[in-house]
Amino acid sequence: MRVLAAMSGGVDSAVAAALAVEAGHDVVGVHMALSRNRDQFRSGSRGCCSIEDAGDARRAADMLGIPYYVWDLSERFEDTVVADFLSEYEAGRTPNPCVRCNEHIKFEALLDKATALGFDAVATGHYAQIVTREIPGADGGARTVRELHRSPNDAKDQSYVLAVAGPERLARAMFPLGGFASKDEVRAEAERRGLSVSAKPDSYDICFVADGDTRGFLRDRLGSRPGEVVDVDGEVVGEHDGAYAFTVGQRRGLALGRPAADGRARYVVDVQPSTNTVVVGPAELLSVDRIAGEKSLWFDGVLPDSGAAADGAVPGGAVVPDADGWFDAEVQVRAHGAPVPARVRADGASLEVALTGTPLRGVAPGQSLVVYRGTRVLGQATVARSWRAPAA
Amino acid sequence: MIVTTPPPDPARTPLTASGAHGEQPREPEGAYLDHAATTPMSAAALAAYVAEAQRTGNASSLHSAGRTSRRAVEEARETVAGSLGARPSEVIFTSGGTEADNLAIKGIFWGRRAQDTRRTRVLVSAVEHHAVLDPAFWLAGHAGAEIVLLPVDVEGRLDLDALRAELAAHAAETALISVMWANNEVGTVQPVRDVVRAARPYGIPVHTDAVQAVGQTEVDFAESGVDAMTVSAHKLGGPVGVGALLARRDLALDAVLHGGGQERGVRSGTLDAASIAAFGVATRHAVDCLPQRAARLRALRDDLVARVRDAAPSAVLRGPEPAAGDRLPGNAHFTFPGAEGDSLLYLLDSAGVQASTGSACQAGVPQPSHVLLAMGVPEAEARGALRFTLGATSTESDVDRLVAALPQVVARAQAAGLVSGRAMGGAS
Repeated sequence: MRVLAAMSGGVDSAVAAALAVEAGHDVVGVHMALSRNRDQFRSGSRGCCSIEDAGDARRAADMLGIPYYVWDLSERFEDTVVADFLSEYEAGRTPNPCVRCNEHIKFEALLDKATALGFDAVATGHYAQIVTREIPGADGGARTVRELHRSPNDAKDQSYVLAVAGPERLARAMFPLGGFASKDEVRAEAERRGLSVSAKPDSYDICFVADGDTRGFLRDRLGSRPGEVVDVDGEVVGEHDGAYAFTVGQRRGLALGRPAADGRARYVVDVQPSTNTVVVGPAELLSVDRIAGEKSLWFDGVLPDSGAAADGAVPGGAVVPDADGWFDAEVQVRAHGAPVPARVRADGASLEVALTGTPLRGVAPGQSLVVYRGTRVLGQATVARSWRAPAA
Repeated sequence: MIVTTPPPDPARTPLTASGAHGEQPREPEGAYLDHAATTPMSAAALAAYVAEAQRTGNASSLHSAGRTSRRAVEEARETVAGSLGARPSEVIFTSGGTEADNLAIKGIFWGRRAQDTRRTRVLVSAVEHHAVLDPAFWLAGHAGAEIVLLPVDVEGRLDLDALRAELAAHAAETALISVMWANNEVGTVQPVRDVVRAARPYGIPVHTDAVQAVGQTEVDFAESGVDAMTVSAHKLGGPVGVGALLARRDLALDAVLHGGGQERGVRSGTLDAASIAAFGVATRHAVDCLPQRAARLRALRDDLVARVRDAAPSAVLRGPEPAAGDRLPGNAHFTFPGAEGDSLLYLLDSAGVQASTGSACQAGVPQPSHVLLAMGVPEAEARGALRFTLGATSTESDVDRLVAALPQVVARAQAAGLVSGRAMGGAS
């Protein structure tokens, strides 16, 4: 196959490219230039986006003996990922830029250009597995579905941020690191091949936000917008520079003038962009057991009406909803959060979640919600709102 | 004996027993259509390099080892001077074209301003190489220079009227003029003699970057009347890392590199005798066989242009029509509406054809060419540029390979351009 290896300059994508080469594919390395002002991107150990990282990617490609190109996707990145990041915060929501980057850049702009240029697949250094399975089709014959599964490496698993790409796009993706159980193994593979990035530190922060200072970035881009911090009774308890900089569940950085009457810690429980108001309250107000998701997508063969045989007991089979449309699953609402048991109901482009175990705290609108069963990703949506069901 | 056939082009002649060690320069595999980037070293130049590199000696030393190196350097100096219509004392060896351009722009600016502090204006054509533009803008940022970018027409030719108007208005404040002999992207040969004619009444020095011109078209330093001229070895069959600034002895020229005082104090640094010796050999050969090489390249290039237009009817030739006569014989340059240059490059490369977008990259990201923009090409179209340049080792089969690959390459790149949406502006 002709494979485009997306090479960030980090160790994961370098090893992924190496494995694609060794699997016998015809591989070309591409580094995505995502910033218009590349000098402003952080240097050092970022793992993508800086000029050093582009150099590391080129060096790895040279060592693998594959062609290497830099594709300038900076306009698309600004228009999609950065613009979404700003408008979501402005709307009082909490965006997940890595999810948007996978949605709009890696598995849209990059993938579509690669496809147009004649590539069969895009290989990345993500930790997740694509499983191809034959399932019984509606017509009695067999058909092939592609499933997205968690990596065996729990700490690095990226199925949460990849789910948004959906089954059709992931059909053209390759994750050569999908089976690796630890990052150390990946580093060992890099070292074994003499790749100079083998000891490069991992990247964690948002690549376009310098020094991890999200609030400073938002203030630079959105300007200062002073407003009030109120408690749940509407009483003013403090001031802020812009409601957009606050996230539901946040405790730090509130700078409240005086303690709560009961002396307990207060958290952001609501952000109201229309009045530029931040509402704070006690932790229990953050506990939710109902979540509404929007812009949902479902993987192939998950919903019964997608043509698969309805057999929830078979791995890879479709879910079996009850008479009201609810089925058992697990949901995850944060990149590094744990999945929790839930009942889920699909409803067109929306979905509803009723947690069946412990309530979750601080489920922020705008975050990605991924529905799993075991290691398998069933679907994905964006959190629209969350609430506590009245006691029965 | 009457010789009825032209002498063989040394670059195409295999190394004979007289050459050292059997090193045979080779063209890169596949169809190499990027000779303006660099061109294979001639066998004779490589032999001269190896012979000199095997010796020990600093050309500035007075003992016999030094004298041997000095002799090689001075012979090369005479050869370069003789081939290019200069006197040996006018040849300043440098590390290449970029250094020679920097020395010319900064050195002449400083020298001229030292004579008269009003002289702060630097006139350069808008289509100069970055090795001229960037030192000029550096002077603007650090030394109070004012840069005047002289406009060009749609085929990249200097607007002489604009130059004359500029001189008429600001001659007393003008430090120097720099106009390249021939453009590295679109191959336009500039009216350098007319520039000299316009500047001479005011006594303003003229520099020309002739890196792309030597070996492709006739270049005579004295006859052209310029005061300084940049030459590079690796564009004409010599090694990378050596070049020269030819500079008249009466030119006010300050040093950029200070140190041991080599090259009449204008360019310090131990002379690279091996590279310089090879540069001399390569220059002589490039100039001696120019007539037949230029005729051969012109025929091959004309064929390339005609066949590219056939194979990809949407291609737009940039720069002068081949028949116009003021285009380098080995240069062809096209824009492909709706396609991005890096897509075209990748697709051609995977088909075994090596070409160039012709313009500079920033951190690997191709930028729309300032040359095309100065010619009035819209930015979206400028993104879809490809330059094909021929040299001594180019053959018809290189063109065959390009033409065979081109239709599918252009179609694919245009499809990718539709997806990315960046190269669309000028496509309609």
